[in-house]
Amino acid sequence: MTVVAGRRTRAGADGRGSGSGRPRGRGPGRKTLAGWAYATPTAVFVAVFFVVPIALVARMSLSEWKLFTGDNGWNAPANYEAVLEDRLLWPAVWFTVKYTALTTVILLALALGLALLVQESTRWTGFLRTSFLVPSALGLASASLLFYALYSPQSGPFETAFLGTPTSALWSTVALIVWRFAGFYMLLLLVGLQGISADVYEAARLDGANRFQTFQRITLPLLRPSIALSTIMCVTGSLLAFDQFYILTKGGPDNSTITIVQLVYNAAFQGRNDLGRAAALSILVLGVLLVVNVVQFKGLRGREN
Amino acid sequence: MLRTPSRVLTGALALLFLFPLLWAAVASVSPQGGTAQTNGWGFANYVTLAHYQAGIGRYVLNSTAVSLMTVLFTLSVSLLGGYAFAMFRFPGRNALFLVTLAILMVPYATLLIPLYVLLNNLGLQNSLVGLALVLTMFQLPFAVFMMRISFESVPGELRESALVDGCGSFRALLHILLPAVRPGLVTVGMFAFLAAWNDFITPLVLISDSAKAPLPLAVANMRQQVMGIVDYGATEAGVVVLALPCIVLFLALQRHYVRGFMSGALKG
Repeated sequence: MTVVAGRRTRAGADGRGSGSGRPRGRGPGRKTLAGWAYATPTAVFVAVFFVVPIALVARMSLSEWKLFTGDNGWNAPANYEAVLEDRLLWPAVWFTVKYTALTTVILLALALGLALLVQESTRWTGFLRTSFLVPSALGLASASLLFYALYSPQSGPFETAFLGTPTSALWSTVALIVWRFAGFYMLLLLVGLQGISADVYEAARLDGANRFQTFQRITLPLLRPSIALSTIMCVTGSLLAFDQFYILTKGGPDNSTITIVQLVYNAAFQGRNDLGRAAALSILVLGVLLVVNVVQFKGLRGREN
Repeated sequence: MLRTPSRVLTGALALLFLFPLLWAAVASVSPQGGTAQTNGWGFANYVTLAHYQAGIGRYVLNSTAVSLMTVLFTLSVSLLGGYAFAMFRFPGRNALFLVTLAILMVPYATLLIPLYVLLNNLGLQNSLVGLALVLTMFQLPFAVFMMRISFESVPGELRESALVDGCGSFRALLHILLPAVRPGLVTVGMFAFLAAWNDFITPLVLISDSAKAPLPLAVANMRQQVMGIVDYGATEAGVVVLALPCIVLFLALQRHYVRGFMSGALKG
């Protein structure tokens, strides 16, 4: 959300900042110093827990670095070769992409429907909004544990084994995610819907547009920024899916539901204990994610103009 | 005339969303084979949970400690950071703000691999403080952004008077500006609490001592360790213990939850 939001704020704040930044009875040096002092905790946190780890993960990806023995010197590009030769890699990539496409389409379509449903504010829609939103308060891990019990033929109300085949395991996980996130994206789209001025709808009505035409010609185009934001968040989140599969399917049945992040985790902490290799894979994931986000950003923003 | 059928339909939809939560609450106290609660209704599953390994109390305490520390760290850092970004100009200001937002672009997994090594070097392996510090870092993009726009939306005269008034900028922050940005702080604090209480992959990677596990990790581990047979009753009880504080907090602060979205989206 902040990716899109941040851009405009910065521009806005700069305009204002030049006004408040003028020295007023104090030396500019003193104000600069105070600014730095207040920003120091943020800078320290970002440096120690973000910038240093990024540099470290890059170095680890080029080194023989095991979980228990630590750094054993450079070995580039052995880690990257090992990652690309892993027979689980391409099935995991394909599965992650398939899961992302399914989740994004279903989730956003449903969220848009819900947002349109609760658009007016009355007591009843207030109740509906709260009901759709409550699952968003749960952690993804808690929600996955809940559905793990719900899906079990032994404890749940259904007789079917939901997680038994690759296809049913995939759809069951998508259902869990839709339940957990529909309200969240509904809220995001609702904010966009409420930003559309009533005058525009009034004009459309006077022009004799019916409900479908209004939706297609007015609501959808004006909602594009919110839809773009939701799409970017949903695609990014789904490409990095981990908790739900770790808890619900453990990658099974037959390694059919292994996602990319699970491969990273497995390389580092399960069996292989190879941090260097996990680092190489996560650098690749970071690279791909940056490209995907730039493409999405350009595609979704570009059409707007 | 149209009202009743549409109410029935939308009501059913709402019920569909509430059903899993209601089911978990009911199932955790209802009789069920293969659980501690085999005959009649009662809280035997919660008793199982209470005696699991280090005891549920321990895990609730771990989670509470981590969540409160994360909230405290996030609030202090983002309050000062938001103040700096909104009210001061200094070299590197835009760069630092951009780098803080860039945290959002990097996957958790990419950061957790080096953080595991880094925390070991800092003597923070298996430490709840280390866990809270990392969770705070993940919260910073949202928190600093939120506090920055909170300070920026303080009325101009109040900001001017706070800085010109002769009292130092820190006293201005404490006495004049803090009350004005309180709603932003509540939103940031609530998101930090929910994120820390619910996070799964971070403790999974950083905490290997099972007595230090936060609640989600403990409940997830519990499924595998009862002689290979899953105790679904205890899992349901665990889900209720996990979900209840989140739902109560959400219902109490729902306005602030929505506010978090509004601020992000309005600015975008």
